[in-house]
Amino acid sequence: MSDEGSNAERRKASLAESSLNLLKLAFVRLGVLPFLLLIAVVVFAVMSDNFLTGRNLLNVVRQSTYLALVAVGQMFALLTGGFDLSVGTILAVTSVFGATAMAAAYTAMPEAVAAAIAIGMIVGIAAGISIGVINGIGVAIFNVSPFMMSLGMASVGFGIALYMTGGTPVYGMPIEFGDIFGFGSIYGLPTPVAVALLLIVLLFYVVNRTRLGRYFYAVGGNIKAARLSGINTRLTLFLAYVFCGGMAAVAGMLLTARLDTGEANIGATMPLESIAACVIAGVSLRGGIGRLENVVLGALFIGLVQNGMNLARIESYLQIVVIGVLLILAVVADQFRLRIIANMRD
Amino acid sequence: MKADLADDENSGRLPNAGSPPLLTLEGITKTYSGAKALDGVDFDVRPGEVHVLFGENGAGKSTLISIVAGAIRPDAGRLLFRGEPVDIFSVQHARSLGISAVFQEFSLVPQLSIEENLFLGSEETTFGVLDKSATRKRASELLDQLGFSLRATQRVAYLSRAEQQMVEIAKAFRADLSVLILDEPTASLTDKETDQLFALIDQLRSQGVGIIYITHRINEIRKIGDRITVLRDGCAVGTVGADISETDLVGMMTGRIIDQIFPSVRYRPRERVIETRGLATADGAIKDISLHVAKGEIVGLAGLVGSGKSDIARACFGLIPVSSGSVHFEGVETTGKSPRAMLDAGFFYVPSDRREEGLMMMRCARESIALPALSTPEFSKGFALRRRAESERANELAKKLNLQPRNIERTVEHFSGGNQQKILLAKSLTRKVKLFVFDEPTVGVDVGTRVAIYRFIGNLCENGAAVLLISSDMPEILHLTRRVYVMCRGALTAELTGDQITQENVLRHCFEREAA
Repeated sequence: MSDEGSNAERRKASLAESSLNLLKLAFVRLGVLPFLLLIAVVVFAVMSDNFLTGRNLLNVVRQSTYLALVAVGQMFALLTGGFDLSVGTILAVTSVFGATAMAAAYTAMPEAVAAAIAIGMIVGIAAGISIGVINGIGVAIFNVSPFMMSLGMASVGFGIALYMTGGTPVYGMPIEFGDIFGFGSIYGLPTPVAVALLLIVLLFYVVNRTRLGRYFYAVGGNIKAARLSGINTRLTLFLAYVFCGGMAAVAGMLLTARLDTGEANIGATMPLESIAACVIAGVSLRGGIGRLENVVLGALFIGLVQNGMNLARIESYLQIVVIGVLLILAVVADQFRLRIIANMRD
Repeated sequence: MKADLADDENSGRLPNAGSPPLLTLEGITKTYSGAKALDGVDFDVRPGEVHVLFGENGAGKSTLISIVAGAIRPDAGRLLFRGEPVDIFSVQHARSLGISAVFQEFSLVPQLSIEENLFLGSEETTFGVLDKSATRKRASELLDQLGFSLRATQRVAYLSRAEQQMVEIAKAFRADLSVLILDEPTASLTDKETDQLFALIDQLRSQGVGIIYITHRINEIRKIGDRITVLRDGCAVGTVGADISETDLVGMMTGRIIDQIFPSVRYRPRERVIETRGLATADGAIKDISLHVAKGEIVGLAGLVGSGKSDIARACFGLIPVSSGSVHFEGVETTGKSPRAMLDAGFFYVPSDRREEGLMMMRCARESIALPALSTPEFSKGFALRRRAESERANELAKKLNLQPRNIERTVEHFSGGNQQKILLAKSLTRKVKLFVFDEPTVGVDVGTRVAIYRFIGNLCENGAAVLLISSDMPEILHLTRRVYVMCRGALTAELTGDQITQENVLRHCFEREAA
């Protein structure tokens, strides 16, 4: 009698244990992100009726696009074992240079709208990428730590953007620019989302299917082994920062179109949020580990949380607190995960 | 003076022979990821003796002294300190017992001054505030007592290696000392400084301090050693008096049953693949190196750790800038070419430290294996990777090398040490290679894998490749090679062929023999 009872208890316990193990395994395999996403969706769905509607979710995707672009760029820097703190500045520089050039071109030749838009975008993106190029030269050639290099360039770029604009927004871009790249859509997809999708697919191919992609992982995984294997490690490091700058620049241009003005103070939260998106997505801060599709999900997650908090009427200042807390929680969870992995090996 | 010293030694040696040991180790065992670094080692130190630990690189000396110093803990066995069992759980604990170690790798903070380093962790304070004048006074006293001509306020970063060594030794003296561990302390000292150190050791001996002394230099054993314990493959082979002959000592150090371990490799040297003429590097690690390796032969490059063996290969491979001399690969001068160019020419360098330079530990085995060959047409077409070809080839190589478990998608870190070494070797088979350079290919691997690696190297040679085997492992050199270059302090000291390759001959040219 008592035997049976204890047997049942034991069975119950073993069932609980095995389901816990399954959870553990899922955690180890997938990382924190799926769990965080699930929790966020449940919490916000409970807090607001409007959250789980098609329109709102599309909204989340559109709002997350800019962060997704920057976070994917940031991933390249992180993969090689560095990071880029100047991504926010790159957005600002792109916006200010792009808007200024576009407005000037539009004033000079009001009838050639397409040309003005093209000139503005080229100038803006080139200005943004040039910061990535300088970061890359500093890190790859002069061995400056990525922290100092990108922090320094963040200051340089922000200063230039403020100096050029005197701190005021840049107006005078053709209205079509905002209409197409900010609010327009292609086959029903908002233009920024379409552009981001295109770039993400392209970079997904680069990262997973090309030699260069593998070299990023190799340099972050073991830079000495990469060198012994005949890989040009300096070039690879350099390109990581150029890619990062390029993605941030595209995000900057798209955001400029959305705002219809060139602003020196956009993107201030980008360094933190982009690194947060990557880390939550399981990109290792030591380099060598990270998957692009997860980073996109990570950016979506942060957008989802921000959107949910807006709907739940959480004050915007408090939202900043939440993002910081989430980042730290993700890192703690990842450490915990590594410990589980270490234990499972024995 | 000389007679005095000799007297001291004699009086120091004999009366202590029967005295109870300061420290006793019984059946100490330590295992690192499956490989036994120490296997049931017994060892003891008596007051007032210099007990020398002798053995090849990797025999377990460092592990043993790390256990005594509290840096690592044994898996089995026990320690007795003054007859009482102790469990030395940390370096601090060892210090509090009076056990101090001076390791080869210095534990000094370069940015701090000598005095700050000396008392790091046990600073002089008054009411919680650093008492700088007291620190300086004690530091100066300590340095004076030891007879070191160093200023206590000097920054460690500006000191020479020998001076840093002195600070390191002085650090061991800051507390009461009962057991002092010295790990090759004279490696970076001049003759004069060495004499100073020996005088100091004599002084300590007369105070009843027990000294554990690691050295490769037979002269030093003669000068200051009382007893010698020889370690081989993690086992204590025996403890003998310091008057043992050199031949016997070397025999104890290296002797092992090796008939089955080493394959017999046909020796048919053909044309030369690589040749260096008067090669020297900008950092001065090697000077005036002229050697050559031909197809169909395994050439050994012997010497102690730090003698510059690896630097030769690294300079030829384009990893270290060459300052003078030249490298010729298949008759074409390739001095200063990049690793990529050398790889493409058919030169493959397998580094000694797989974790540091060989593998991407957190990535899967496949990616590490394919890495050197990604630019070849087999693995990529234009910029695009040929992922199926990559998987197939990696699988094939894993099978060939008997990787366990045979899962190329497994993270490298999760393989055992021996299997990680196989992944490292697999890398070299992904390309067309004419010259393989193996740098310490069997460090930290078990006997089974060792055998597999020797077969592997032998096969490469019989298939017509040139092989340069850089090794500190004597049996490897003796049994696998028919031609050996021996190095000492960055220069070639001998080229031995055929019957000349004996333990005695190789060792004689490895070890420095100070003019006595």
